[in-house]
Amino acid sequence: MNQQELLDFVRGTGLQIAAAVFVLGMVYRMLHLMLLGRKKNLAAPRGTEWGPGLRTMWHRSIPSVGLTSRGYFIVISGYIFHLGFLITLLFLSQHIDLFRSVFGFGWPALSPGLITITAILTIAAMIALLVHRYTDPVKRLISDYQDYLTWTLTFLPLLTGIMLKQGIALGYQQMLIVHIITLELLMIATPFTKLVHMFTTFSARWYNGAISGFKGIKV
Amino acid sequence: MNEHETLGERLEQQGISRRAFLKFCTAMASMMALPPSAATAIAEALIKAKRPSVIWLSFQECTGCTESLTRSHSPTLESLIFDMISLDYHHTLQAASGHGAEKSREDAMQNFFGKYLLVVDGSIPLNDGGVYSTIAGRTNLDLLEEAAKGAAAIIAVGTCAAFGGIPNAKPNPTGAVAVSDIIKDKPIINISGCPPIPAVITGVLAHYLTFGELPELDELGRPKSFYGETIHDRCYRRPFYDQGKFAKSFDDEGARNGWCLFELGCKGPTTHNACATTKWNGGTSFPIESGHGCLGCSEPHFWDAGSFYTPLSAPTANLETIAAGAAVVGAGIAVALSAADRAKKRRTQQAHEKLTVKEL
Repeated sequence: MNQQELLDFVRGTGLQIAAAVFVLGMVYRMLHLMLLGRKKNLAAPRGTEWGPGLRTMWHRSIPSVGLTSRGYFIVISGYIFHLGFLITLLFLSQHIDLFRSVFGFGWPALSPGLITITAILTIAAMIALLVHRYTDPVKRLISDYQDYLTWTLTFLPLLTGIMLKQGIALGYQQMLIVHIITLELLMIATPFTKLVHMFTTFSARWYNGAISGFKGIKV
Repeated sequence: MNEHETLGERLEQQGISRRAFLKFCTAMASMMALPPSAATAIAEALIKAKRPSVIWLSFQECTGCTESLTRSHSPTLESLIFDMISLDYHHTLQAASGHGAEKSREDAMQNFFGKYLLVVDGSIPLNDGGVYSTIAGRTNLDLLEEAAKGAAAIIAVGTCAAFGGIPNAKPNPTGAVAVSDIIKDKPIINISGCPPIPAVITGVLAHYLTFGELPELDELGRPKSFYGETIHDRCYRRPFYDQGKFAKSFDDEGARNGWCLFELGCKGPTTHNACATTKWNGGTSFPIESGHGCLGCSEPHFWDAGSFYTPLSAPTANLETIAAGAAVVGAGIAVALSAADRAKKRRTQQAHEKLTVKEL
């Protein structure tokens, strides 16, 4: 298989496999969670579920006072990494081309310079978080192989992406192949690792809020 | 048949001045990325070189490669190719026909055995005994294998000969393959492109005559001096790519401003060729300069690499149907496992024996 054939594979069949595994896995995980069969709450509701659920989804996604009680490093690095990753994924023009071809619509892109700065900050934040995870005795103790695996799977598309954009190492074709492969690995691994939190985080937040709402607790 | 005259003698017969010849040598040296001093070396070597016998076999092709070469406007560097070689067989260009034409090929093969250059354009069909393309009642495969035996080297001109090209595109009904899929024991140089740049053919021949060997090749057998960089690397619209300025359609403001054609499907970033530097039609322009993205015609399977108008970052295959199918399967698995979980829960509840106060 030469490079051109490999590129055709990763843009075609490879992406189909990755998309199929991603969608199948995510639908299975989410639906399985919803169908766990919790007992119906027979108590008389003291409030609604949807409003508090949605409010909790929002509240827990923005920094709160208590969050910084142990310092700012984790909070700032965490936000930079998550927001930077999303911005890079959603606002690079080449990525929008991908979404447009799949969903049939696109949106305005940010300038390549801004995306490059965002990606560099994201990479720096990820490296800092990894170093912190490894050097902090408590975090190191509670980290298992999956934490390092998911870090690697998230880091590689960013690294190869910026290398592709800046023309660092390999040719465009080879780096494009590597970049797409890293994305496909991420897609395949997401439903079956801690990365599934990209969906479950929000449903869990909604659920917590909804429970409080049902009990009449103001959120 | 005697040895062919030297190139110097030939040029003299044609009335080509030494000045024009030196200009040609300088251009060749420049195109092949050789130092300026190489121009003199090329001139000295070429002037003494015996014009090699060339047998040109056209197989499953559209004649576009020959058209590209012969219709290049004179006087050009490309036109000198016919002074550098003795084209002993080319069934499109030669005056002879029928048995006479075939005899000229056989004579050249016999008289210059081990020395002649074999140029092939077009792919070779293998299905059904190769009946899809025959010349003088013989299959392309038969002709190629026979001619390859005595060839010093083979030059596969065009993407069809180099990689199978359009005849090789899915579903490939004729079983078309490239020269290199059949011939394994001869040096093969691929000059891909649909059609290839005429100056590249001339450049390779000049290199062969000057140094007596084929130029350095990339992993796909193409001369590195011409295929070493991508169209994107040398594109004059590259700054717009770096700035994120893209034409969104062929008639929007971006297109009129000459912005990058990446979003309109340009394959320049993954296509290795010299179009952006050598250009076409006597250096007039190349496809991107004319406002259309690169099709990637010098790369293998360019016809099967998705739409010409799909950006490189977009998928080439349908994801929607696959994703919808996967969602249904995923939902089915979740429902089935949930049902199994609930059934297990029920069985456990039913099997549960309650303790009485007495037992405690």
